Amino acid sequence: MNSQKIIGKRRFSLLMTIFGFVFLYLPIAILVIMSFNDARQGVAWNGFTLKWYSELFKNGDIWKAFWSTAWIAFTSAAIATVIGTFTAIGFYWRKGKFKRIGSITILSPLIFPDILMGISLLIFFIALKFPLGYPTILIAHITFCISYVAIVVNSRLEDFDYSIIEAARDLGAKNMQVILKVIIPSVFPAIIAAFLLSVTLSVDDFVITFFVTGPGATTLPLQIYSMIKMGVSPIINALSTILLVLTLFVSFLGVKFQKFIF
Amino acid sequence: MKVILKKGFNVFYSLPGFLWLFVFFIIPTLIIVVFSFLTPGLYGGAEMPFTLSSYARIFSSSGFWNILWRTIYISAISTILCLGLALPVSYFIATSKHKNFLLNLVIIPFWTNFLLRIFGWMVILGSNGLINSLLFNLGIIENPLNLLYKPWSVVIVIIYMYLPYMIFPIYSSIEKFNFNLLEAAMDLGATRSKAFWKVLIPAIKGGIAAGILLVFIPALGSYAIPQLVGGTEGAMLGNLIARELMVSRNWPSSSAISVVFLIITTFGLFVYLRINNRKVKNLKYVLRETYDIEGKENE
Repeated sequence: MNSQKIIGKRRFSLLMTIFGFVFLYLPIAILVIMSFNDARQGVAWNGFTLKWYSELFKNGDIWKAFWSTAWIAFTSAAIATVIGTFTAIGFYWRKGKFKRIGSITILSPLIFPDILMGISLLIFFIALKFPLGYPTILIAHITFCISYVAIVVNSRLEDFDYSIIEAARDLGAKNMQVILKVIIPSVFPAIIAAFLLSVTLSVDDFVITFFVTGPGATTLPLQIYSMIKMGVSPIINALSTILLVLTLFVSFLGVKFQKFIF
Repeated sequence: MKVILKKGFNVFYSLPGFLWLFVFFIIPTLIIVVFSFLTPGLYGGAEMPFTLSSYARIFSSSGFWNILWRTIYISAISTILCLGLALPVSYFIATSKHKNFLLNLVIIPFWTNFLLRIFGWMVILGSNGLINSLLFNLGIIENPLNLLYKPWSVVIVIIYMYLPYMIFPIYSSIEKFNFNLLEAAMDLGATRSKAFWKVLIPAIKGGIAAGILLVFIPALGSYAIPQLVGGTEGAMLGNLIARELMVSRNWPSSSAISVVFLIITTFGLFVYLRINNRKVKNLKYVLRETYDIEGKENE
């Protein structure tokens, strides 16, 4: 087998890959290490401590932000998953102008920068005198999640064998029955993946949330932003470490769960 | 009995989704366009009559042109450097025995909150951060260097944030590449580098174009990164839009800059579609390629 000869020794690409991974992991490693550092300022090592973690757990603002982030993420992901899945199903087999305009409508929120969506929603809500706060955050998150869900489900429908639907119809199934009993079960992994993607997008969103939030409403990213802006306290490091471990754990569960479905 | 001839389902099922996007995406975007032609209100907001003065104001301001130019060159440099790093990395991963493991390694940093990753860079680049402490302890510098709040600190963090968006599509096109073609080229006398540039690169140009699109457009729209690590010297268009809206309370001017921004983004997209000689339908394919990788690691 001479594939090694074709691919080459990969010395340069190995070097760049090592550099790339150092680059990707350096900031995260720093945050994790610093979360155990006793020093309040700077990166000099001052001894091991867990005090930033205990301060973090005593911080009421962070807990409040954590819970609001959690319920916003799950609510908006659930609503967007239902709406987005039906959007993809109703839209996938269409043709012509409707399909073209629909594609653009679904893709645009993903392609246009967050800041434009944030600003335009803010102006929209203020112009309608809609009070800013959790409801507006929820609406904004549902909006961009619908697009993601529709795309993920849509791409799975491409692998879907249409003759199954014809078979179900021949056997007398109504449209809704076909959707609920045939299509949704067979694209269910994609629906779960879309839901999880929506949760992570909602949890991670800062820019859009920042613009549509109102007095009293806060999420974890907004809280983190104000902590960074206000002056850095090492409890941010502790928070990053916990979030990293938590997301690793959730993704691990996600992987297990998907295997279980298949 | 009614015979169903039409393939698929009634459009009715996708109506809630399109209605939602119409109300909360299309209408707000149109409102921005309308507001950009209105007169600024005394305490924020916008009033009649229609006017072009907001556009006249921003186009005649040198601050706007400076920031616009900076936004474009920061995004372009970041995209090029991202490509330069992503090409060898994706090549290595795609030809490695541990593809999935390495791809997961690329994704894991993404699981940390976006702002916290920016903060990690602030710790590295800050005046009493990692680099300055290292250089100080080695006796190379006496006073801390100003590494933050520069255009290039924005470039570093943008590359950091969007590198995986460049790696995924390039990786997936290299993965599909038939390496026998390289062998054939070399059998026919091409040197390795010639075979790379003339055979491999053209074959994966779809992935490269997708990567460029997925990095350049979000980079143009950066807001949080320049806000945190850019300072005044690294401020970008997104920061200008927000400042006009929140600090100057000039809604029409903020809307006008947003419209210009919208046009630039659409133009970038259009250029991409032209270069790639594909229609919107295939943009979906590009996105699918990207998200499929993420799907794959979940399977």
